[in-house]
Amino acid sequence: MSIKTLLCSSALMAATAGVAFAETEVQWWHAMGGANGERVNKIAEDFNATQSDYKVVPVYKGNYTETMTAAIAAFRAKEHPQIVQVFEVGTATMMAAKGAIYPVEKLMKDAGEAFDGDAFLPAVVSYYETPEGELLSMPFNSSTPVMWYNKDALDAAGAAVPTTWDEVQETAQKLVDNGMDCGVSFGWQSWVMVENFSAWHNIGMGTKENGFAGFDTEFSFNNEAVAARLDGIAAMTDGNLFKYGGRRGDSLPMFTNGECGMWMNSSAYYGSIKSQAEFEFGQTMLPLDTSVADAPQNSIIGGATLWVLEGHESEEYKGTAQFLTYLSSPEVQAWWHQETGYVPITTAAYELSKEQGFYESNPGTDTAIQQLSLNTPTPNSRGLRFGNFVQVRDVINEELEAVWAGDKSATDALNAAAERGNTLLRKFERSAK
Amino acid sequence: MLKRVHFPSSPLPYLLVAPQLAITLVFFIWPASQAMYQSFLIEDAFGLGSEFVWFENFQVLWGDQHYLDAFWRTGIFSLLVAALSMGVALILAGFAQRVVRGAMVYRTLLIWPYAVAPVLAGALWVFMFNPTLGIFPYFLDFVGIDWNHYLNGNQAMALVILAAAWKQVAYNFLFYLAAMQSIPNSVIEAAAIDGAGPGRRFFSIILPLISPTTFFLLVINMVYAFFETFGIIHAVTQGGPGTSTTILVYKVFNDGFVGLDLGGSAAQSVILMVLVIAMTVVQFRYVERKVEY
Repeated sequence: MSIKTLLCSSALMAATAGVAFAETEVQWWHAMGGANGERVNKIAEDFNATQSDYKVVPVYKGNYTETMTAAIAAFRAKEHPQIVQVFEVGTATMMAAKGAIYPVEKLMKDAGEAFDGDAFLPAVVSYYETPEGELLSMPFNSSTPVMWYNKDALDAAGAAVPTTWDEVQETAQKLVDNGMDCGVSFGWQSWVMVENFSAWHNIGMGTKENGFAGFDTEFSFNNEAVAARLDGIAAMTDGNLFKYGGRRGDSLPMFTNGECGMWMNSSAYYGSIKSQAEFEFGQTMLPLDTSVADAPQNSIIGGATLWVLEGHESEEYKGTAQFLTYLSSPEVQAWWHQETGYVPITTAAYELSKEQGFYESNPGTDTAIQQLSLNTPTPNSRGLRFGNFVQVRDVINEELEAVWAGDKSATDALNAAAERGNTLLRKFERSAK
Repeated sequence: MLKRVHFPSSPLPYLLVAPQLAITLVFFIWPASQAMYQSFLIEDAFGLGSEFVWFENFQVLWGDQHYLDAFWRTGIFSLLVAALSMGVALILAGFAQRVVRGAMVYRTLLIWPYAVAPVLAGALWVFMFNPTLGIFPYFLDFVGIDWNHYLNGNQAMALVILAAAWKQVAYNFLFYLAAMQSIPNSVIEAAAIDGAGPGRRFFSIILPLISPTTFFLLVINMVYAFFETFGIIHAVTQGGPGTSTTILVYKVFNDGFVGLDLGGSAAQSVILMVLVIAMTVVQFRYVERKVEY
């Protein structure tokens, strides 16, 4: 008996001693596949090479939804990682999980890392701040919708790059008259045509400052301005001025193979378009609807941030904090931005890219940042914080598809979407209590 | 009434069934009761706070038009899958039974698709019906059908039904063939002597005699279409376009794992569980007893 105890305790000692001398591991679950996954691995490797106390281990967990679900399931089983990448529509769900998340700003303070909230681009961080201005998660890959255009096609049709919706329609007409299959298309329609259209024209998507001021928010995107714009687009399906090409990025081939001359979608498609398009292309700011506003406000972001989860050792959090500092350093951010088309999250990274001459050799690549920092974000344009928003986006997708198919008027579709969305909001409000 | 007979009690029988009981408890009773309990809760995704709401999750489902639509969609889907796969299997079995030379090869080949995993079956059909790359849309174009299951809900439904039915044909074929082979030859020969041709023999003798198998397969196929087609739908359409191929089991996954509505998702799975229990009861009570010939 006593020998057994002795053996046990010595084994235990050996084990703890082993832990004390080894590097502390920090798990980082992410949703970046393919080329971006390799870039994520490079960031982690480079960080690990800078010091010997901590080791960041990136783990690919599938797409955004799968990664988030995996992290939540792991949290319930107490097997969760320190860092998890969550897309922007999951923000409200993460935020509501008060005992599960470790606000990044608090983490930095606790770990004694220098942290300056003002160093970040306001339009990027405002999406992830509490109403009091505390940063909850670390922005990592953020993008915003821009308008991509086929420069060769526009030149051939004798059209200028449009800046307003009226001009988009004229340009689309010219392109089709000149023999193109379609004038304009877009992807991620809820994000681009409803969420960003609202922010760009400084109109609210929902009450309570788009959900920032409380979970008892209700959708208000079923307003005249949005409905009129959507009806206008639906009318453009006549003569193929507009062609619907599916959800998310499904319509990308329509732009890159020269079917459509203009395409509104994320700035992060830069890499794909660059490798696929066999024509000269450019990006410009989203068009303005002059019947709604005289000047654009600012666009809002999409993409994902890194959330830190509660329930680990303080030593591991020190490593986490150090890694987040490294991640947001100008060099890493500028590299990530130039490689991927995601926006740099700090002003310093933006300045560095400027110094390096990136925007001069790649004209238009700063469109996203300019759009995001056009004006100081208002309550209508700082971002969205709606619970169950993954499902709400699906609802909006379904209803918009009915508009494009000519089955519903935009007003009816938006009303239906708002009603279905409000049900989901109420459900979330109850579960988040 | 039978007279009760008392045997000396021994722990041995209990020991012998213990492993099976343990498996049932761990892999069925426990998760099922967890799902039951969860269906009475409204809970946040992280499990930090929950509210006991009795049957509210079920009430919500009852009033949710999208859920009721999914119910009908599932009914139509599973009936068509069952009818199509059983019909094809019946025809194939009818012919296979008559094959004299190379029967083994023929039968073995027909059984192969059963070994294909649902996701792979789905992937195969996705490739064949891909609107831009697939071979079938290319042929369909000649007869004037513009195939695009990414936009057309009915076409998407037809595709998942085809894929799901194809995979189940082999299983049904096996049972039908066995049933046909168990019919005494004398019955069929007697009919032949009375002047009945192959068609008449099939419809008047074989079909009635294999009706217990038909009923059994109907239940099995319905259960298959209700549950095991998840992989096919996930691979082929992911429930879309819109919600046109979202059947009940896919909605459980979507609401629970994508929407993180755990209570509502659990309530849906409890309803599914009740359905499958009901089907099994029907199967046990009636198949062996009521199908007479």
